[in-house]
Formats: sequence, structure tokens, C-alpha cells
Amino acid sequence: MELSGAEILVQFLKDEGVECVFGYPGGSVLHIYDELYKQEDIKHVLVRHEQAAAHAADGYARTSGKLGVVLVTSGPGVTNAVTGIATAYMDSIPMVVITGQVPTAVIGSDAFQEVDTVGITRPCSKHNFLVKDARDIAITLKKAFHLATTGRPGPVVVDIPKDVTDPNVKVPYSYLETISMRSYHPKVKGNARQIRRAVQLILSAKRPVIYSGGGVILSGAANSLTEITRVLNIPVTSTLMGLGGYPAADRQFLGMLGMHGTYEANMAMHECDVLIAIGARFDDRVTGKIEKFCPDAKIVHIDIDPASISKTVKVDVPIVGDVDSVLAEMLQLLRSTGSELNPVELKQWWALIDKWRATDCLAYDHDSDLIKPQFVVEKLWEITGGDAFISTDVGQHQMWAAQFYKFDKPSRFVTSGGLGTMGFGLPAAMGIQFANPGADVACITGEGSIQMCIQELSTCFQYMLPLKIINLNNRYLGMVRQWQEFFYGSRYSHSYMDALPDFVKLAESYGHVGMYIEKPADVEGALKEAFALKDRLVFLDFITDQTENVYPMIAAGKAHHEMEMSPKSVLI
Amino acid sequence: MRHIISILIENEAGALSRVAGLFSARGYNIESLSVAPTEDASLSRMTLVTRGSEEIVEQITKQLNKLVDVVKLLDLTEGAHIEREMMLIKVRATDSSERDEIKRLADIYRGNIIDVSKTSYVIELTGHNGKLDSFIQSLGDIPILETVRCGSMGIPRGEKSLHL
Repeated sequence: MELSGAEILVQFLKDEGVECVFGYPGGSVLHIYDELYKQEDIKHVLVRHEQAAAHAADGYARTSGKLGVVLVTSGPGVTNAVTGIATAYMDSIPMVVITGQVPTAVIGSDAFQEVDTVGITRPCSKHNFLVKDARDIAITLKKAFHLATTGRPGPVVVDIPKDVTDPNVKVPYSYLETISMRSYHPKVKGNARQIRRAVQLILSAKRPVIYSGGGVILSGAANSLTEITRVLNIPVTSTLMGLGGYPAADRQFLGMLGMHGTYEANMAMHECDVLIAIGARFDDRVTGKIEKFCPDAKIVHIDIDPASISKTVKVDVPIVGDVDSVLAEMLQLLRSTGSELNPVELKQWWALIDKWRATDCLAYDHDSDLIKPQFVVEKLWEITGGDAFISTDVGQHQMWAAQFYKFDKPSRFVTSGGLGTMGFGLPAAMGIQFANPGADVACITGEGSIQMCIQELSTCFQYMLPLKIINLNNRYLGMVRQWQEFFYGSRYSHSYMDALPDFVKLAESYGHVGMYIEKPADVEGALKEAFALKDRLVFLDFITDQTENVYPMIAAGKAHHEMEMSPKSVLI
Repeated sequence: MRHIISILIENEAGALSRVAGLFSARGYNIESLSVAPTEDASLSRMTLVTRGSEEIVEQITKQLNKLVDVVKLLDLTEGAHIEREMMLIKVRATDSSERDEIKRLADIYRGNIIDVSKTSYVIELTGHNGKLDSFIQSLGDIPILETVRCGSMGIPRGEKSLHL
């Protein structure tokens, strides 16, 4: 079959089963857009800014089990998308980003809309390619799909000069079912000896705790994690990225750990004697001061990326492999030996944990005349039956979402954990809705973050995406304000959000429904009303208490047991 | 500690900048780097000299292995190996006593004079980088006009080898 480069590209996407592409046209991708026009199998979603295309593909990937595909033009198309690519890279999200490039003949001549895409995206993508010949498009895309979805997933950029997609140059095309690369062999199965050592160590523990991360979600290991946690009857805590990997309402779940983690989770980390890290990478927001991290613990670390192991914290039993596969083997081993942990020691450990739990570290004022942001998230959880897809932006609202929406299922919580990208929430929610039509999708955001990609309200109207935007509007860049209050003598340097738009009118001008809520008594009714509007986007502008802070908090340079507690929690 | 790492890498545009970029992005230090294609034109062999604690060097090798273009690597410092570096050095050589002295030094260091002009010699010298440093020291007052060094290359001794 002889096809042009553009035809090959579109045909390849069809052959790979791609259903949805997020993009924005421009000069160097016009040949490709012309091919997209001639077909109906692949849906193209036209965003309003390339950053949103990458975030939408990211949200799509996180909640569909498929990779996200992005198509943007050269130059500013690429630079706009870079924030989205870096976001996906930090959170290991499978994504292929197809970028137009100026024609090969003028590369390097500072041509119009030329930028060194491969150079710019090298440090923020898993890998990238420049395709210089139409004959290489299919194999390069195949490699890109393979790299993006296997091993530790991540975004892969494929840069294609305009002449390579020229409709008049036809070359042979056949779809490759599989590909192997001599330099790339991600390990799936864990080393049997290491797995045995890990199981022995866990069984010898008196105060064990599981620290689970985003790798559990990415590997589809939520069931295995739940099973092994229950078989061992030990406590489990989760990173921001791992939420939903274990049912949050369950007794064995301690809540999130780290900088804004629960008292019980952080204390359990500090006091544990065996730490089982599963698909987590010892991020600085999790570990606190590294020298004081889990001072008494032997550490087991399961991760697919060898470079994540002993990167910041030296571990005792490293296991490189796919989390689900390793957990399955550990379970099998536990079952076949029939051993269990010392029940007396375990009972004492649980008693200690329950004591920590009694501090009620997430307590907040329920009698305030002002809307407490935590209350909004709690009500949202109730009204959606805990079953909505939640995306967030970055800041205080993100932490409250993590603390107060109890995720029972994996892939329900979509947030920019690693890069911490404000502006992520709305476009990510669009991607989620495309992947899950008919599902309840809410974006928990703040008046600062939402304005970073507000233009996507237009995309939402074009495609009639019935998102619910939960704007926790405290007229401050809340997390910045919180740090300024704690560490900068309440000098609120440029954290006040002055001259805010009327969000209700703004939503209405984009064709959506807007609601303004300023009384605690109206929160529940507004949420119910919004979610009853099944086919409309509703922008809920909650005017919240400006002074509210996120607790508990581990300040920079402090250890897990040195938490700042909420004035409302019960000291023990 | 000083480590000498040999890398087999896909001989593709940008492969070198992936390695260099990794080092600058993560704040690792490169003492020297030499690279050229191997007998298999699709592969380049890179020799990289770096310094760091055991933990850092472990991270360096892991991060290098993670680069998709890296096919295989070996930390030569872990076993017996041979290390060589080549230097071309141009020195001022005007009067005959100076010229004799330079010739003698080159002979002692088993170097070759590969270019002669009325006022200069170019000497080619190969060896462990310490030997090259020592040669430069031995030149004493003789003015050096130019020095070119290729960076260390290394190969494991005996049966052990880095190949596909």
C-alpha cells in the first residue's frame, strides 16, 4: 500500500486503535489535518491552547487505560505544549505527542515557527524522535507507542517536518504488530530471590507499614495491593499519586502521608520497623527531612524503574519489576507458606495507630458562618457517592481534595503530583470526560489555578462536556498565602487575587451555567442542583474562608513526627 | 572517586546530547568524554570519566541505562582495565639545543614528533592521562603553543568485554 506521510500517520493511529486526538492545527501540520478531515474513525478535539491539549490527553490516559495522543504545530505549538508534556513526564503518564516541524530543507535556518523541538523536549519526555523520511513514520510511531506504554510509562515526542507529510510523496506502508528495540527491555518480573527476601522481612516485622504510590495505579495493581494488605492485616498509607489504589474508607487505610498527610500515616512512617514501598519514589514532599526518614525501618522497595531505587533513600530489599506482577508473586508465596505476622505485636501496633487516629487531625470548624473549603469537598464526596472522577489544580484545594474525597477506586483522582502544574485541572477534566462519557467529572480548583486555562470553557461548550467546576474561591493563592503566614511573617506578597472576574457571568458568557455560593447552608443544595444538570457544565463559585489553612503540615526540613496540627484536632 | 564508564549507544543524531544533557540536568560532573562509532556503524562507543560517591555513581549508571538510546554500559573501574588517552601538543622549538631536548623527552615518553616547522614541533603522545600530565610538566620552560587531548578511552582486560 503506497501512502503519503500524512496518510500513513492517520492510518497508523487507526491501526493502533486510537479513538481520540487532542490538538491544535498550524502551518506545519496542515497536511496531517487535511487527512484527519477526510476520515471519521478518529475524533479530533480542538482545544484553545496547546497546553490544554497535553493536559486533556493526560486526563484521558489516566482514566481510560489507553495512551493519550496530542497533535500540535511547530514552534509556539510545541513550546505551549511543553508544560503539559513535563507534567505527564513527572507523573509517568503514557502519551504520544506528534509535533509539526518546519520542512527539513530549512531546519536550522531560524525559519518561521521553527524551534528545536527535540532539544526542548529532551529533558521532559521519556524519549523523542525527529522523523526525516516518510518511510520512517510508521516505525517511529510504533516505537513511540511502545516506549510510552511499557516500562515506566511517559510521554514520547515525535517531531515531523512538513515535507515528510507531503501528500504528493507516496511510500509503502504496512502496520507493524510488534516492535523490539535492542536498547530497551523493561523488566516486568521481579527477581524471585529478592521477592523471597522481602516476604521474610515483612513476616518478621513488628510495626510494618505499606507506602503505596502512583505505580500501583499505573500498573493496575489496586486489587493486588488490597489483597496483600488484607492478607497481612497491616496498615497502608498512600502518596497523592497513589490515592484510590486502596479503598480510602477501609479501616486499614491511614490516609495520605507526607507534607499534608494525616497524623496517623506520618507517625506510622516514623515509628515503623519495616517499610514496604510499592510503586512510589520517595519524593521530597513525602519524605520530609531525608536524614530523619523512617529512622528505625528496614525498607523493601518495589518499582519498575531501577533508577527510582535508592535514589534518595537507601533501601534494603530492592525489587525491580512491574508492581502488579511482583505483588501477585508475593501473595502466592505468602499463601503457599501460610505464615503470618506475630499477632500480638501486630495488635499492639494497631492499638498505637488507633491512638494516633484519635487526634482527628483533619478536623475543621463546622460552625463557621463562612464556607469551609473542606466542607465543600466532603459534601461533594457525599453527593457523588464517592464515585466521581476528580481532577484538581494545584494548591490548597488540591490537598483538601486529597484529604476529604475518599477515593475507593483507582484512576478516579487526577492531579499533577510531580510538576504541580496550575492550570491542569480543567483540561484534564475534559480528557476524563472524553474517556468516560456519562460519568460524573468534577474539577476541584481555585480562583488562581482556574484562570490559567480558563479559555478551555470554550472547548467544553463546543463538545458539550458536562463538567462540574468546584471553584474554592478564597481570593488568595491559598498555599502561597499559607506559607507567607507561617514562614514570612504574614507578609502576603502578591498572593492576593485582585480584580477577579465575575465567574458566574464568565461561565454564562461561554454558554455554561454559573452558580455563586457564599453560605455554608447553600453548599449541599448547589452541588445537588449542579449534578442534576446532567448535560450542562456548571461552574460553582464557592466563596470560602480566606484564613483556612491545610493541616497537618510538615514544614520544610522537618521529619514525619514534627507536624503542625490544626487548632481543631485533639492533642494527645 | 573517579569512575570510567564505557557506553554502547545507538549511533544516532542527538545521542551525545542525551548523555550530556543528563549530566547537566542532574548536576553530575563530566571530567572527560570521548566518542566514536565502533566496527558496527550503528553503534557508538563512549568513554566517560566522572567523579562522585558510590551512591552518585550508582545513580549515574542507572540514569544512563534508562536513556533509551543506551544499549549497554560497563563501569570499567569495577574490574581490571586499560586506560589510554592521546595528546597532540605543539611546542616552540627554535634553537638546536631546545630541539634536541624536546626530541629526547619525546623519546623518553615514547612519543612521536609528527610535524616539524622552523619554529615548532608537534608531538603525539599516548598513555594513561597521568603520563600525559607528567610529560607536560617535564617540558618545563619550553613554551607550549597548543594542547589537544582526546579524553580517556578504556577497555576491560582479558576475556571480559563490552559488546552486544
